[in-house]
Amino acid sequence: MNRTFLPRSSRIAAVVATAAAAALVLTGCSSSSGGKKSEDEGADASAGKASTPRMTIAMVTHAPSGDTFWDTIRKGAEAAAAKDNVKLIYSNDETAGDQANLVQNAIDQKVDGIAVTLAKPDAMKAVVAKAEAAGIPVVGFNAGLGVWKEQGLLSFFGQDESVSGQALGTKLNSTGAKHAVCVVQAQGDVNLEERCAGVKKTFTGKTETLYVNGTDMPSVKSTITAKLNQDKAIDEVVTLGAPFALTAAQSVSEAGSKAKVATFDLNKDLITAIESGDIQFAVDQQPYLQGYLAVDSMWLFKNNGNYSGGGEQPVLTGPAFVDKSNVEKIAAFAAKGTR
Amino acid sequence: MSQTTAPAASSSPPAPPVTHKDGRTNQRSLGRRLLARPEVGALIAAIGVYLFFFAAAPSFRETSALATVLYQASVMGIMALPVALLMIGGEFDLSAGVAVTTSALTAAILSFQLSMNVWTGVFLALIVSLAVGAFNGWLLIKTRLPSFLVTLASFLILQGANLAVTKIFTGNVASDSIADMDGFDQAKKVFASEFSIGGVNFKITIVYWLIFAAIATWILLRTKFGNWIFAVGGSKDSARAVGVPVNFTKIALFMGVGACAWFVGMHLLFSFNTVQSGEGVGSEFLYIIAAVIGGCLLTGGYGSAIGSVIGAFIFGMVSQGIVYANWNPDWFKAFLGVMLLVAALVNLWVRRQATRR
Repeated sequence: MNRTFLPRSSRIAAVVATAAAAALVLTGCSSSSGGKKSEDEGADASAGKASTPRMTIAMVTHAPSGDTFWDTIRKGAEAAAAKDNVKLIYSNDETAGDQANLVQNAIDQKVDGIAVTLAKPDAMKAVVAKAEAAGIPVVGFNAGLGVWKEQGLLSFFGQDESVSGQALGTKLNSTGAKHAVCVVQAQGDVNLEERCAGVKKTFTGKTETLYVNGTDMPSVKSTITAKLNQDKAIDEVVTLGAPFALTAAQSVSEAGSKAKVATFDLNKDLITAIESGDIQFAVDQQPYLQGYLAVDSMWLFKNNGNYSGGGEQPVLTGPAFVDKSNVEKIAAFAAKGTR
Repeated sequence: MSQTTAPAASSSPPAPPVTHKDGRTNQRSLGRRLLARPEVGALIAAIGVYLFFFAAAPSFRETSALATVLYQASVMGIMALPVALLMIGGEFDLSAGVAVTTSALTAAILSFQLSMNVWTGVFLALIVSLAVGAFNGWLLIKTRLPSFLVTLASFLILQGANLAVTKIFTGNVASDSIADMDGFDQAKKVFASEFSIGGVNFKITIVYWLIFAAIATWILLRTKFGNWIFAVGGSKDSARAVGVPVNFTKIALFMGVGACAWFVGMHLLFSFNTVQSGEGVGSEFLYIIAAVIGGCLLTGGYGSAIGSVIGAFIFGMVSQGIVYANWNPDWFKAFLGVMLLVAALVNLWVRRQATRR
């Protein structure tokens, strides 16, 4: 039933008008900057393909789904897999027990190599040993710097969280900060705790820890805002992930605080924020490199018997500082979501 | 749904003593009666899911894959059992997920801090877990609030306490490793050992899961307490009117959840040596999902323990099967949701077919 009861002709006119308006919107109003078009115009880092026999590599991480940082790691892994003629099976679970199950799943599939993050090393110990017993080479990346060797892994790619934290703390001393708050977005993550502990170690001012719920951005924002309102002395917010840095910058302006924002890790929008000065600087651990090297090292091991890092030392991918002085070099790659 | 205080049919009905019929007690055919059991729909769905992944993923056909699926299902299933019983009794427990972590943390921290044999920690953790369950039940009865609210509150309390208490004692967000302490190896044998059948390693939790399922089924179908569960879930006031101890039943059901949370907590602790304080959040819904796929009604008064076993098995098959089939993990949760929906719908359809006159 049509209760408005327009005469037929005017109803047709309405339809025509709507269609015309839609056509106008689609044609005449295309954006002159940004969007998919400009993204596609960026160069693509792709190369040829190895002629080595096809191999299967499983990558098992402790990442939450839908996280920018981990997506960058995956892009690196996929780029290496495409080059090396590797079939990549990526899987992830935040819960320690379930991540161990996923490694078992890869063993069941008889893969040629496993790349694993050891954020919860105790939980992964038994299943990693199982993989090694089954003759599957295992490399570690991103998390587990302290334990990769004792668990018999071939190599490790990542940054020393404590060293990076200390580097950030030292940098804060040179910028003259006095009172920092370190924002932890996932309780229970040893890595994140290590970063804050590293900052605390070298930073001469006061360091506080603030827990936020990283899966819920609005609550992150309001928690940081509340903290800044409550303690006006805070002049530095240290976040442990790029998205949180951008949120913290919003909190700072909301609270009318004088605090500056420094962060671990990097993403597209953060580059812009560093250029504009909203964010002071970032410590990058180059996630793309971690994913890429983890896959590539296993290809090298299988096809040329190489041990990346010599099997003795980890291969460090960070800390690489990004601030106003070098941000331009990186911007183009960050725009593609690979740096 | 029927509001009977007894289950609709038991697994072995007693032989009818008199054989004269007047039409009032027409026996439906055996097939019909079998289909009316709460778990049959889930069983059909489980067979369907199994065949689907058997066809879609070559590595799913291996026995080792079955062991992995069963292991995941067992850890979830041991919790899904008391949750199913609780739901038949008409209540929810949203704190069940973090309660597992609470129990594991309690045992780890107490053993470490007191520097005592780990069995001390294990025993004290059991007391804490039962107390949490009793507290939930007591709060429900005292406040008369819906269990959804009461246990939501205790979920948040436990989640915060898990982190804060761990941090106070260890200075970290995970418990200290107790792997080198007295009694650890013994407890590991009990809670987290493996056994081998034909060269494939199966985890001990699978055996416990099936034993617990048998016990839960016996309680539900063969004891007075089982009838009380159905009664309080069907209609609390009627149950009270005919002399069923409603408060006792509900508190006991919550304590049952506590006991199983303790068991799973111990398994996690002794398989992994340490416990992360932030874990367990979200698991409570998986337990409820397993129970519902297995034929429990959200309104209470209907369901079965075996159903929750099949429900957990379906969940295990789907979550590992997606990885065995090498599907894009971005879609993982979406696949999972669709599969669970299909399983629940098959279940409903079978029940409708079966109960038609």
